[in-house]
Amino acid sequence: MSQNVVKHATLPNGLTVLVETMPAVQSAAFALLVEGGSVYDPPQQNGTATALADWMARGAGDRSSRELLAELDRLGIQGNETASTQHLVFRGSCLAINLASALRVYGDIVLRPHLEEAEFEAVMSGVEHGLLSIEDEPRQKVMVELLRRSYPHPWGQPSEGTLADLENMTPETVQEHYHQVVKPKGAILGIAGNVTLESVLPVVTEVFGGWTGANTRTIPFGTCSPVQEHLDHESAQTQIGVAYPAVAYSDPEYYAAWAAVNVLSGGMSSRLFTEIREKRGLVYSVYATLNTLKNRGQVLCYAGTTSERAQETLDVLRTELVRLGDGIGQDELDRCKARAKSSLIMAQESSGSRAASLARNWYHLGRIVTLQEVRQEIEALTVQTVLDYVHKHPAEHFTILTIGPQALK
Amino acid sequence: MQFHHTTLPNGLEVVAELNDDAYSVAFGFYVKTGARDETTAVSGVSHFLEHMAFKGTEKFSAEDVNRIFDEYGADYNAMTGEESTIFYSSVLPEYLPQTFELQSSILFPTLRQDDFDMEKKVILEEIGMYEDQPSSVAYDRAMQLHFDGHDLGRSVLGTSASVSALTSEQMRAYHAEHYRAGNIVLAVAGNTDWNTVLDLAKQHCSHWPAGVDARQIGTPRPVAKTQYIVKDHCQQEQIIQMASAPTCTDPRRYAAELLTVIVGDDTNSRLYWELVDPGLAESAECGYYEFEGAGTYLTFLNGPPESTQENIDRIARIYDAVNSNGVTEDELEQAKNKIATRIVLRGERPMGRLSSLGGNWLARREYRTIEDDLQTLRDVSIQDIRDLVREYPLLQTTTVGVGPLSAP
Repeated sequence: MSQNVVKHATLPNGLTVLVETMPAVQSAAFALLVEGGSVYDPPQQNGTATALADWMARGAGDRSSRELLAELDRLGIQGNETASTQHLVFRGSCLAINLASALRVYGDIVLRPHLEEAEFEAVMSGVEHGLLSIEDEPRQKVMVELLRRSYPHPWGQPSEGTLADLENMTPETVQEHYHQVVKPKGAILGIAGNVTLESVLPVVTEVFGGWTGANTRTIPFGTCSPVQEHLDHESAQTQIGVAYPAVAYSDPEYYAAWAAVNVLSGGMSSRLFTEIREKRGLVYSVYATLNTLKNRGQVLCYAGTTSERAQETLDVLRTELVRLGDGIGQDELDRCKARAKSSLIMAQESSGSRAASLARNWYHLGRIVTLQEVRQEIEALTVQTVLDYVHKHPAEHFTILTIGPQALK
Repeated sequence: MQFHHTTLPNGLEVVAELNDDAYSVAFGFYVKTGARDETTAVSGVSHFLEHMAFKGTEKFSAEDVNRIFDEYGADYNAMTGEESTIFYSSVLPEYLPQTFELQSSILFPTLRQDDFDMEKKVILEEIGMYEDQPSSVAYDRAMQLHFDGHDLGRSVLGTSASVSALTSEQMRAYHAEHYRAGNIVLAVAGNTDWNTVLDLAKQHCSHWPAGVDARQIGTPRPVAKTQYIVKDHCQQEQIIQMASAPTCTDPRRYAAELLTVIVGDDTNSRLYWELVDPGLAESAECGYYEFEGAGTYLTFLNGPPESTQENIDRIARIYDAVNSNGVTEDELEQAKNKIATRIVLRGERPMGRLSSLGGNWLARREYRTIEDDLQTLRDVSIQDIRDLVREYPLLQTTTVGVGPLSAP
């Protein structure tokens, strides 16, 4: 596997810059992670990070809201600003020749947003509409509400916000939040594409060098107990969400955990798809995925099924999760490895996905992770190491959330 | 990038755009059959058949199909629309022969009765899933109303009733009629060589039955209609509106694409500034959809029920202004740059090139490079947009609402 060069530099203000040079593409992409995600939302003001991300892009530096978006379109920059649990995330993709201009525009958004009060009402009604739309999409809602119950507060609160909290937010609280969290120390800028560290460092320094400070808030990690809950909804299907503990990305056993989840739900030959959809025809959609925070991880499972068959679906799902501890076939692990090999090689065709993953890796591990390293870690897995992991972290302590006409047992 | 084309004796069209610098190779079979080629009695059969392909053949069981694709790490799937059914894979070049054999053979599945009965349950679940999504319900009903009396009005998934009643004999008959070599395009994009493509096509597709399907094109004649489907528990009202636009062979389709980006892209468009930026709606977008012999502008609006009518009126005023005065040079320039970036970024992956390569050949027997697309885009003028809206104005001919409202 040929290997792209990845280099990094840390600016004196604490911003880490990572650049992966991809000679085969014309594009470049960036992902800037700032430690101001929804977990930092002030108490009873969940939705602050999402509101802030939107507000920051409504006029910055010398440009009004309209001028800003016009400039991005003129330069052909596909950008967006969102909040995740841990970060405010600013992403953009463009032709490599326009990367410097893109970074200048985003420098304004991050360092010099206008945050005009006149825009605040529109920002908040956008947040509210987004939340109401989730209410109308039970498939999305079940996973949002599952996370809220399966991670200790505030780590599970939705980055999209909470309807009841919106009235507690004012222009002043959100502006204050901006000044508290949008800081360079600990921020990570991942860049990938037809550029080099040497070529982009001058513009990164020009744009972000004068940024100062640190987000000094720390959010403790409490505990929460497994629960089973049902939310009534008038619908054809019942939505089922199941969560149980796993390890975080930074854990030495992460790759074994990854393989365990892939045996359950990687590809159409995996167990959940085979047992629940192919053999029993219970669902159209079923999956499990590994969700990770910096020091905690969970397996999240989803199944959607007509209500009369919902109990059977949940029963089979739980049985399959537990059955993983009975044994894993060499062929199952081999398929996980084959799928990983393909997707790692193909990742080199996408500057956007490389930029995001460079930044994410640095956040979790504090170092560069090459595709080559990931490949070696996965190749080194054996059935025994995966099974040892499963025995150490069995599928138990389920948090279960269902949405539909009837509660399940 | 190197383009190749040939037609096998049985009529299968083979097109390839090869690129030694790519890491992967993507290939797809584009079958010219979809909901519009069905009869009402077998509504949903194209999509159900697409699912049945993965249930395998005499040689490959259903479990084999899923297992083998995964053993080669293939990124594979299929999709069915109003006028095509597409089976595609993206793989590392060394696994092309094995995945090609599998992918090509499942276009002619065995259709075992027990598999058919089991998969019917999955399809009914899929229908149930979309029934719970207001935007899907609105799209289906809008297509049905707008193309009332025309084949394009038929739902891709079908209904619970039509799918429940479907027999495997009906599916076999439909398959025999539509899955013939002259009705299929094989497209390949990325890292492989032309001889490999030719050998694989000859080896695995030469025995496919010859023949072409004569699709009834017909001319849709939409008349203004409005319908609201009441879902009391919904928080927001979902609106979809449709109006006539250029067909898939009309050169004005590029202008139509630019027009809808200027007026209704998800950001920095007229609808965005008028409705989304000020927080009046959750989303307000306009897109251009092309079909054989038809085309539509689709307007999407999602927002608070109480301001739905005002928002519809706001959209009407925006459309009136564009129909009367056209768009500005500045808007056109921004939209061109926006679309150009999308074309270039998508084109960096073989999978992205495949959809353009296969789609163009199926619809128009036409090959277009990325540069061709960029040039055509650059050539569209303000006057072209004016000419377009004179013939195909932005309108709200058909309206469907899904949500708490029973009337606008």
